[in-house]
Amino acid sequence: MAQPRPLGVIPLGDSAAYVEFSSHLDLEVNSVVQRLALAILKRKIAWIRDVVPALGGLALHFHLDHAELPAKPLEESLALVLENLKGLSSKQEPGRVIELPVCYEGEFALDLEEVAKKAGVPPADVTHRHVSGEYRVLMMGFSPGHAYMGGLDAKLAVPRRTSPRAIVPAGSVAIANEQTVVYPYAISGGWNVIGRTPMVLFDAARPRPSLLWPGDRVRFRAITREKFVEMAAAQ
Amino acid sequence: MSIKVLRPGLLTTIQDHGRHGFQRVGLCPGGAMDPVALALANALVGNPPDEAALEVTVIGPELLFERDTLVAVCGAEFDGFPHNRPVFAAAGTRFNVGRAARGARAYIAVAGGFAVEPVLGSRSTYLPGHFGGFQGRALKHGDVLPLRDSAAAKRFATLRKTHDGTVKWSVPPGTLPDREPILVHVIEGQHFASFDSNSQRAFFDTVWRVAPDSNRMGFRLSGPPLGRPQADEILSGPTCLGSVQVPPSGVPIALMADHQTTGGYPRIAEIASADVARLAQLAPGGKVHFAKCSLEIAGELRKHAREHIESALRGIAWEYHK
Repeated sequence: MAQPRPLGVIPLGDSAAYVEFSSHLDLEVNSVVQRLALAILKRKIAWIRDVVPALGGLALHFHLDHAELPAKPLEESLALVLENLKGLSSKQEPGRVIELPVCYEGEFALDLEEVAKKAGVPPADVTHRHVSGEYRVLMMGFSPGHAYMGGLDAKLAVPRRTSPRAIVPAGSVAIANEQTVVYPYAISGGWNVIGRTPMVLFDAARPRPSLLWPGDRVRFRAITREKFVEMAAAQ
Repeated sequence: MSIKVLRPGLLTTIQDHGRHGFQRVGLCPGGAMDPVALALANALVGNPPDEAALEVTVIGPELLFERDTLVAVCGAEFDGFPHNRPVFAAAGTRFNVGRAARGARAYIAVAGGFAVEPVLGSRSTYLPGHFGGFQGRALKHGDVLPLRDSAAAKRFATLRKTHDGTVKWSVPPGTLPDREPILVHVIEGQHFASFDSNSQRAFFDTVWRVAPDSNRMGFRLSGPPLGRPQADEILSGPTCLGSVQVPPSGVPIALMADHQTTGGYPRIAEIASADVARLAQLAPGGKVHFAKCSLEIAGELRKHAREHIESALRGIAWEYHK
């Protein structure tokens, strides 16, 4: 496949630039976006405070009061992306591999039955398909530590719930469309909850506060309720 | 060596210039809603501009100073209260900040700053995550806020002898509205063209009101609902401080300090960075009017705002060293 090219650069006001590669989700494009984001981060450019890889492109947030901020940061951002695109290694997947333990049982799997019904497979098949996949963190957002992961079995691609839950418990593992997420905080949400992890997804007291980072590869491992309780207590 | 909270006010939190570098894991920078007022308040008490201060929202706290210190209040104005100047607070002074008469957010800076531990490089309170600032939350009755030492407090110890404990000079307020509706400059957002022509016009013709359910995450704007002829889902993408997004309800939301870092709603506009702090000074019910500007003009506005701060900082430094 030819290397993706940016569709253009979109100003997020005068504070940031969004270099868009695709207006729809394309895993190949996202992989390039992830590697680009890491390459630009590595440059430690003083006038760029945040590099945010998203589903279809990446945002560069400017340090507006920095002496080195160029006169035309939007144009400089695009130039920076094009320059790094050229030297981008075609090596696959820079991310780490993370394994997340998940209990797919009972009250943790709030929507498992419904997902199974919609997908036309038995509930055990839903969890089997979910643990069999390898996922990649395509983008993070919504709340700190909240990773949108691609790579879900097409058979499990069910739509979001018609009415969102007021509170989805922290650690809930959920699916919708062709993605899976883990909710780091108890928060309102509309994804279909099929299990729960005892791991703490985001803890500001850790030097690396987030368990998952953009570009990481993620696998899920089924655990029993006993194991869940034991691991949750150890966190 | 501390301040005791006798009454917390509506929403009083410790804020500095925010924690940067974590947007890629979904953590917004947060920090002061009006960083201009924060910088001025800090400079007035001899602190670096990005030191942590108390962010007061509409109704201020009542504080008891347990030692001599220097205090400054910038941003929103409260009746009968000395603003935009250093005030000497002797041990035992009670500081009763009432309801804002003008503006919505004030910053109470104390010489030396607050002795709370930075979390991920910032002392800002991040309420949704329950971390940073003072125990990760808004102040409560009975809290005792530890202070750091400061040499600056001694510099103005002579103010003790004046009848009101303050000086005759002040810095000009930077972000307070003279009158409403305030004018806020925006550039067109990525999805502006996908809104119908009535909505495009209405966005600029309407005097919007800040809705009551607005907060540090976002300001909801009351006015006519905005619509798109093809209400197709857009791919979730990054957002920014000052992005104005329009969910299916048609009610625009201006993203403020504690905003989500990505979003799947169309963005109709992006507020010029210099004007976000001015919008932050509107209380619920406050009126705002949007004017289209170019990216170049947004940059110019930013430059002017920075010149205003720098000249105020120079003036303060001169008063300190003369």
